Amino acid sequence: MGLPLGTATVVLVVLLWELARPTFKRTLTRLHLLWREHQRGRIPAGYDPGRERRAEQRARALLRSCVSERDWAMYSDLGFLHVWGGLGDHGRGSGAAYAYLIYPHKPIVAYMPQTGELLNEYCVAFPDLTKPYGSSRLPDSDDVLAKWMALTADERRLVGEANMHLPGRQVDPDRVRRDIARLRRWEQQLAREPIQPGGGSGSDGLDPDNIRAA
Amino acid sequence: MKPGHGEIVLAEGDVEVPEQEQELIEAFRRELDAGMWAAVPTATPGGRREAELVKSFDEVPRDAERVIFFPRAAGGAPPAAR
Repeated sequence: MGLPLGTATVVLVVLLWELARPTFKRTLTRLHLLWREHQRGRIPAGYDPGRERRAEQRARALLRSCVSERDWAMYSDLGFLHVWGGLGDHGRGSGAAYAYLIYPHKPIVAYMPQTGELLNEYCVAFPDLTKPYGSSRLPDSDDVLAKWMALTADERRLVGEANMHLPGRQVDPDRVRRDIARLRRWEQQLAREPIQPGGGSGSDGLDPDNIRAA
Repeated sequence: MKPGHGEIVLAEGDVEVPEQEQELIEAFRRELDAGMWAAVPTATPGGRREAELVKSFDEVPRDAERVIFFPRAAGGAPPAAR
């Protein structure tokens, strides 16, 4: 009687552990990242996660109202925006020689869509030094919108203000290549299943990789 | 756009009503004096969405629905995360 009961208990504990392990690992990683940010002094005093979440919801609504349905679906599905470069011979548009990927609170990455070759990282920030709500950092979606507006309105000026680096300084080049591949797959899927007005092309949740990066 | 808050409505009005237009101009100047950039979201005839940076109230298209103010860009790179 004792042996089967003991075995069943061990099996149950192992099963529960296997179920809980991913959540446990994610929580540990998040705590570790928070601790590191805290050590670096990048988490402002008075940081309120609830306030930041509400701010992000408002920022997402604003972003959605400014970009096209397609771009909104891209951001919702993939966690970044794609903008064609406008300074080349062909102007802005799908024939442009280069394009940008806009990530929240990460450098803008320039690359060549024809070959997938990464060109540069443009490190740019939009700090509000008045820190009206205890932070100088815009919500993620506001940061993306600010980059998108500055890039589509005056690409030369934004590129001039940014610090330019070779690929790989801040954004993992392998990750960018994966994102470019994801974008291609996403576009192929979009060609098969066009966006319904008022809705995204798929899930409305950000890619988990990008949530962690933000 | 405000850190920790997101979108805040600074002023609303009709540019065809002189008093309201004056309020809009003052709000516009206040933000630019505070160092913000101003952008107007636009759509091309082909349906492509873009934005237009404006430096004075006169540059804002009369039919613009809104002007978005955001902190000016600064080149910057936080310490490498990797």
